[in-house]
Amino acid sequence: MITFWFAVLVVAWVLYFVLEGFDFGVGFLSPALGRDEHERGAIIRTVGPFWDGNEVWLVAAVGVTFAAFPAWYAALMSALYLPMVAILLLLAVRGVALEFRGKHDSPSWRRRCDLLLAASSCGIVLLWGAVLGVLVDGLALGSDGEVTGTGLSRSLGPLLSPAAGLGALAALLAAVLLGATFLALRTTGPVRRRARDVARHTSTAGAVTLLLIGIGTGNRLALAAAAIVFVAGLQARRSREGTAFTAVAVAVAGAVVTVFTAHGSVVLRSTLDPAWSLTRASAAAGPAALRLITIAGVLILPGVLVYQAWSYWVFRRRVASERVTS
Amino acid sequence: MDVLDLTRLQFAVVTIYHYLFVPVSICLSATAAGFHLAWLRTAREKYLHLTKFTGKLLIVTFAVGVVTGLVQEFQFGLGWSAFARFYGDVFGPTLAIEGMLAFFLEATFLALWYFGWDRLPRRLHAATIVVVAVGTLLSAYIILAANSFMQNPVAYELDPSTGRAVLTSFTELMTNEVVLAAFPHTMGGAAMAGGGLLMAIGIWRTAADAAFRTLARVGAWTMLIGGAVTAISGDHLGKVMTAVQPMKMAAAEALYETATAAPFSLFAIGELGHDRPFFSIEVPGLLSFLGTGSFSGTVQGIDDLQAAYVAQYGPGSYVPMIPVAFWTFRLMIGVGVLAMALAAYHLWSTWETSRRIPLLPTFLQPGRGTPGWLRRFVLLAPALPAAANTFGWIFTETARQPWLAFGISKVADGVSPGLTRAEVIASLAGFTLIYGLLAIAWYRLVVHLSRQPLTPVASEQEEPEPVPAY
Repeated sequence: MITFWFAVLVVAWVLYFVLEGFDFGVGFLSPALGRDEHERGAIIRTVGPFWDGNEVWLVAAVGVTFAAFPAWYAALMSALYLPMVAILLLLAVRGVALEFRGKHDSPSWRRRCDLLLAASSCGIVLLWGAVLGVLVDGLALGSDGEVTGTGLSRSLGPLLSPAAGLGALAALLAAVLLGATFLALRTTGPVRRRARDVARHTSTAGAVTLLLIGIGTGNRLALAAAAIVFVAGLQARRSREGTAFTAVAVAVAGAVVTVFTAHGSVVLRSTLDPAWSLTRASAAAGPAALRLITIAGVLILPGVLVYQAWSYWVFRRRVASERVTS
Repeated sequence: MDVLDLTRLQFAVVTIYHYLFVPVSICLSATAAGFHLAWLRTAREKYLHLTKFTGKLLIVTFAVGVVTGLVQEFQFGLGWSAFARFYGDVFGPTLAIEGMLAFFLEATFLALWYFGWDRLPRRLHAATIVVVAVGTLLSAYIILAANSFMQNPVAYELDPSTGRAVLTSFTELMTNEVVLAAFPHTMGGAAMAGGGLLMAIGIWRTAADAAFRTLARVGAWTMLIGGAVTAISGDHLGKVMTAVQPMKMAAAEALYETATAAPFSLFAIGELGHDRPFFSIEVPGLLSFLGTGSFSGTVQGIDDLQAAYVAQYGPGSYVPMIPVAFWTFRLMIGVGVLAMALAAYHLWSTWETSRRIPLLPTFLQPGRGTPGWLRRFVLLAPALPAAANTFGWIFTETARQPWLAFGISKVADGVSPGLTRAEVIASLAGFTLIYGLLAIAWYRLVVHLSRQPLTPVASEQEEPEPVPAY
């Protein structure tokens, strides 16, 4: 049961990072790919109906973490207090900028929303990447599962590690790739062309980075991801945007799985004493709680998947970026 | 302030703020569904315009609710990790089920509805907003059940080996007598908040479009009916509360000594200490009636309860902040009643009738139109219910102190052990700043949306142009 819920948890986080990853990417590519306010509007409309549904996967991922592994949830949130607060605040700014942008005609309002959207998307991607990097490295967990320290550095300190920096960089590349291939898939005209160019160029850079990480850490998944990202770039060049987007999504999913399974059954490594690390078993909720969420999940989640898929089907058409004159 | 107090303050700030927007969303999704169904049935343009307008208000309010609600889900681990460890088996599944069952539904179907005008068959499209409305209610119910656990812990046992609370029955958790009473009470309050907003916009914009007149009246009716539900269920909730948390009721009246036929003071000037207040207006027997259903019932006093709790739970103070409990309880009721009066007065004065009622002064005659003062102070309509909701939550949460979950663990035991003062000050500053800016943006946008003509001019900016995919 614990292994099953660990798998569900990883799937929820993977879905979150892949889905929200592309709308983060779209968010911070919008000022670069949209030359005027109209094009930027079209770019943002490609994620309009989806971003909220994507963000719901964060609610689900955090909810599953809390429900199935309460000690993990508690340790993660309190140890990374300030980074998490910063992510939440930026998510708040971003969500509101996305939703509020189209509701006002004034150019200055839209410009401000575009700027906030791009800046917050970029900030969130960097922070999530750093947090994932920290997860691989581990935290200075004490015997009670808490990190002690003084002042702001207690929870900000881990972000200054090389692993966090690498994570942030990888996340940025991943989001650019996801965003660019998604936009290439979902738009027409000049925006589509520019998105394709961005995807082509970043895929090479991304593949090289992944290759270096793979060689450096000896992680086979990273090498595989490098190959997939490279293929994505080739597909984008041939206007096979669907395949390109799928390839990038698979690579990102692989990277997230790697992070969560980096230490086997240890879910959160203590850098102070291996005995204080949280394992799947020690962080898990009791059997009663696991049974309850299993029943609830089996009853509810298939329906969720069906109606989310339906929503993507309803809004499957491309968004035109050309000005319509009539 | 130390880490504990700062963390409590932060929880209060982000939760109160979140709950300014949530009730409005709950009410607006139901109202939008109502207008949409009315349009389907009658095919009157007016209802279509009101559906689209309410939908826009809903989208912007829902967005603020979503981003501030996400913070809530993280809060239990951020500032209250000891609580998360201790109650994880009860709270975690509850939050997870809320997310899977309700929140997914709301977010996905709201997007389907808002962007689906030309893409879905008419009836199916109308059904999507009904699903959103149902989702908001489900969401509210589950969250209130989680809160009710803290007021009146049920369906749990303490695991002797880990010392953690273990859930024994989800059904029992969901049918806690407190949530059964609190749900209608809170939903009535939500109807008042959303109705107040619609009424204000309707009154403000009546001159622009006849549909706004309808909007104002629908808003006022929602407010009035919501108020009635709040009052009736509040009476019931008071009795449940007296039974399960007698200290809360005693604190609400600053009643130190156990009394039969206890009076309820409408107003008091004085210390609210052991001595009787310097001046107060009391209704004899009313507190007994509110708490027990009988004017001669016995209501336990603070001193007796404190002595009993010391005997049961060990030394310490079990008395919440009396002046806060006393005043928020009165303000909740008083402000709520005032809001209902405002709605009733609006309905009365915009009633289309030529009837004159003898002996009534002119300003109380029906059908004389919205008076100038109401136009000027129209913001009272949403502000009063929002204030009443807030006072209600401050009362119910602070009068639970010092308990986190009543009778099991105290608030001081729930805070994250490692947290530093600097971190909480930094995050509190961040929340205050960003939330403040969000509120300004929301207000400006609502004003802007209300100023737009209801009848769409030419093509809508929002609507994406359909282009064949391949």
